[in-house]
Amino acid sequence: MSSNNLDNLYRRVIMDHYKNPRNRGILEDGSHTINMNNPTCGDRIQLTFKVEDGVVIDARFEGEGCSISMSSASMMTQAIKGKKVEEAIKLSKIFSDIMQGKDYDDDIDLGDIEALQGVAKFPARIKCATLAWKAMEKGLTEEEQQ
Amino acid sequence: MNVQDIRRQFPILDQEVNGKPLVYLDSSATSQKPIQVIETMEKYYKEINSNVHRGVHTLGTRATDAYEGAREKVRKFINAKSTQEVIFTRGTTTALNTVAASYAQAFLNAGDEIVITYMEHHSNIIPWQQVAKRTGALLKYIPLQEDGTISLDDVRATVTANTRVVSVMQVSNVLGVINPVKEIAKIAHENGAIMVVDGAQSAPHMKIDVQDLDCDFLAFSGHKMCAPTGIGVLYGKKHLLEKMEPIEFGGEMIDFVHLQESTWKELPWKFEAGTPIIAGAIGLGAAIDFLNEIGLENIAEHEHKLAAYALDKMSSVPGMTIYGPLDAAKRAGLVTFNISDVHPHDVATVLDAEGIAVRAGHHCAQPLMKWLKASATARASFYLYNTEDDIDKLVEGLVKTKEYFSDVF
Repeated sequence: MSSNNLDNLYRRVIMDHYKNPRNRGILEDGSHTINMNNPTCGDRIQLTFKVEDGVVIDARFEGEGCSISMSSASMMTQAIKGKKVEEAIKLSKIFSDIMQGKDYDDDIDLGDIEALQGVAKFPARIKCATLAWKAMEKGLTEEEQQ
Repeated sequence: MNVQDIRRQFPILDQEVNGKPLVYLDSSATSQKPIQVIETMEKYYKEINSNVHRGVHTLGTRATDAYEGAREKVRKFINAKSTQEVIFTRGTTTALNTVAASYAQAFLNAGDEIVITYMEHHSNIIPWQQVAKRTGALLKYIPLQEDGTISLDDVRATVTANTRVVSVMQVSNVLGVINPVKEIAKIAHENGAIMVVDGAQSAPHMKIDVQDLDCDFLAFSGHKMCAPTGIGVLYGKKHLLEKMEPIEFGGEMIDFVHLQESTWKELPWKFEAGTPIIAGAIGLGAAIDFLNEIGLENIAEHEHKLAAYALDKMSSVPGMTIYGPLDAAKRAGLVTFNISDVHPHDVATVLDAEGIAVRAGHHCAQPLMKWLKASATARASFYLYNTEDDIDKLVEGLVKTKEYFSDVF
């Protein structure tokens, strides 16, 4: 098996997030809810989050999908908690750049998200990785405009 | 039929993907094209390209002859009574939409019923939903048996005297089941309804005789049967097509154009507005010649054997869920499956690294996915150029997939 390639995609940390998703669930109180799906494949995500004083204080996700989409959602929720809304939106743009193989500001500590870089080499799977991020960007942009 | 000889006529199959010989198991999505079809289209563009039905010049006549010659090939292929009953379309989707918009929309009223099944492709669901919304007709679904087949008792229970249209796929793109469309057509007619057959997955693989089926409409696509993309066919009984109005208007389809009114050409051209899909139709004609040379019966038998072999081998992989009947006699050449808890996208990615192309997703059949209680599935589909060796490689790939993800689960 040409697993070199595959191992770049299915990194250990991705599999860990898939098996043990962080922040899985629904926030009930005073939260913003975004539903998004990938109509070509059936992946879907429900993202709920809570913003106070311009800071994302909590985020949870529910949904179903492949290892890449679910681990990406888990990492995303982990990454935006405690961030200012504009920082979270900026991170989403950086993530989009990473997926398109573009250069990005490497001063930023990506943490676990860095493991998703390999997805850029699998064009058919980029939409799996970006689903949760698109949901987050849409939700926070709506929040900002309110 | 000699599969190795056939494979040599499909140059695309002779290549490596991700460092492995390509194993193409996605023909239900689109088939590969034999050199004969590719060369026929190339020859058309190199030697006779011209617009049809208008030029006095020689190339125009040659192009028209080739285009109308392709229509005659399609007529024979499905045993239609006349070429007036053969309309070239962009594909199955356009053909079904034409029946919905031009027939059902015009002739159905509130309280009328449209009957389809739970296994339909989105292109045989949504056009009817739209008709139902606009006319007040009711869209009803024939339920499925436990193994995914349709029982004629359920058809009889669903189709009533109020039913005006029954539309059913002949072969399911997910379950692989072959539906008894001839018997369903009989029930439809007994109740005064018309019968529409979605032949997208059947026309490439089995002999279709529209007079024997006694269907009122048949829709199918070229690209799933060795022809190029962008060409398909709507067959319709002449007396129905004659009372239907075109849904597209413009050049090619008119008789006289006055300032406020126009009249239409005769069948089939009144349904072919604009410059038609000339090269595509000629490519479809070449594909039909190719399939006829091999024989649809031989192709069906070959695929049947492959399906039986695949069902047997795949069932032996631990953790395998196979959708649809396990009895190969009830099936066409495709197997839809899931393996353990590995998501079908991940299955398809690992197989792709092995050079094996399968489909993963909801296969444009969300209501069926709901019935199967699966958000997505993987599908391996076979055609005349596939071999038992392809299936062995698939099974090896599936075992590897399971191993690869065994650390996770």
